[in-house]
Amino acid sequence: MNNRVAITEGLFTWPSEQPALLASRCNNCGIASFPAGQSCMACSGQDVSLEELPNRGTLWTWTIQQFMPKPPYASGETMETFKPYGVGYVELPGGVRVEGRLTESDPAKLAIGMEMEVVFETFRTEENGDEVVSFFFKPVAGA
Amino acid sequence: MDMDVAIVGIGIHPFGRTPGLSGMQQGAVAARDALKDAGIEWKDIQFAFGGSASSGNADALSNELGLTGIPFMNVANGCATGGSSLISAYNTIKSGLFDLGMVTGFDKHDRGAFDADPEALGLGRWYGEVGMMLTTQFFAMKIQKYMHQYGISKETLARVAEKAFLNGSLNPNAWRRQPVSVEEIAGAMMVNDPLTKYMFCAPAEGGVALVLCRADKARQYTDTPIYLKSAVLKSRRYGSFEVFAPSQALVEAEGPTYDAAKAAFEMAGVGPADIDVMQLQDTESGAEIMHMAENGFCEHGEQEHLIQSGATRIDGSMPVNTDGGCLANGEPIGASGLRQVYETVLQLRHAAGDHQVPGEPRLGYTHVYGAPGISAVTILQR
Ligand SMILES: [Zn+2]
Repeated sequence: MNNRVAITEGLFTWPSEQPALLASRCNNCGIASFPAGQSCMACSGQDVSLEELPNRGTLWTWTIQQFMPKPPYASGETMETFKPYGVGYVELPGGVRVEGRLTESDPAKLAIGMEMEVVFETFRTEENGDEVVSFFFKPVAGA
Repeated sequence: MDMDVAIVGIGIHPFGRTPGLSGMQQGAVAARDALKDAGIEWKDIQFAFGGSASSGNADALSNELGLTGIPFMNVANGCATGGSSLISAYNTIKSGLFDLGMVTGFDKHDRGAFDADPEALGLGRWYGEVGMMLTTQFFAMKIQKYMHQYGISKETLARVAEKAFLNGSLNPNAWRRQPVSVEEIAGAMMVNDPLTKYMFCAPAEGGVALVLCRADKARQYTDTPIYLKSAVLKSRRYGSFEVFAPSQALVEAEGPTYDAAKAAFEMAGVGPADIDVMQLQDTESGAEIMHMAENGFCEHGEQEHLIQSGATRIDGSMPVNTDGGCLANGEPIGASGLRQVYETVLQLRHAAGDHQVPGEPRLGYTHVYGAPGISAVTILQR
């Protein structure tokens, strides 16, 4: 059994039965920020609380990344194995619009306004066998 | 003391690929060209501002031009570096500190997309690791939303690039000098949906330099001084949709381009309808479309008709990117914003040759946009 580790600390709850993206919310103006920060981009207040973001929202905009990015891109892919991937902003109600990779990479299957849910999947496998987990947005089946 | 400011000398090293010269040497070519244009020597220059993203510190140009002891300051502000250098020089003369100075920018980038450093922009390394640290993605997502909201067609995206390459073919200093058809542009390899490879500018090489002076002394150097009526830089406010943002606010605010344009028009005491020729940041086709409205030259959505009807061509009612813009010139970061000013000065001198806007333009406008959400605008007057 390999270790499954989060790509970075504090981006989402991990390990967890039901992992969720983490945001900070300003106790002065009520604005949420992702990733969670120590201060508020809207009002510069420093009194913030950590909260879990909702796991469903709607696709606000998107594109398909058709070429392999240069480093710091670190997926373990090579030019030969690279597969285009979707990227989008998903509006999480009451929270914030979060940018994330999409599990769908077919432009014909993506549309602004469609319902999406956050999922946590292996992004790459390290040489020592550790699986690095990141968050992705996935179209909600039948939505 | 509150001095008006004039541009009295302009110089350029052609954009594109120049294997024999470093970026800094291309900057030196541009600087000598600008000095010659103003009829002065490097030792006459009292101060300088300059920028380069990948070809060393601009002040090292002194090694090429001569060590004269002047204050020479390096400027770095992403793709808005050129605009930022110019504003710094403008303020220096405006304040009465010095009478005569130079602004310069040059660069020489590797092929392929720019590689950005997450930590340099206050972001976690994970953001780059998962493949979201790309300017091309941001522009694709921004125009995707914009097309959905305002009914811009895919053909209009191609028409912007077609115009850029046509204008570039008329400009001896441009990199891309071959016209490309709408069909070829639209049908080319997709880079970031909905944008194909011909719709993006590429990192390139080149240099530009400008000589600026107190307006009341301008006629010592040139018969056709071009006056800098505005030079404004703004950064993003909370709620605007900008590049390299892991999240986006639910509340929406106007972007830095809107703010910079508004302030520049106020400063110059003119409005968008008064402008005869304009250079707008065209990192890709969609950016030119969105920037037409963000700078105040039309309402959101009007671009579809304006572009399809040819209004933004050199002989149209609102000529945009008459030298081919970033699409035909490529983007050497330090030089890019200054290329826009170089082109505008040529236009206002009525000396742009084959890419000259007809009707003797009197007022020109430039706009650069850079990461992580900075816009610089100038308004120039003959
Ligand atoms: Zn706040």
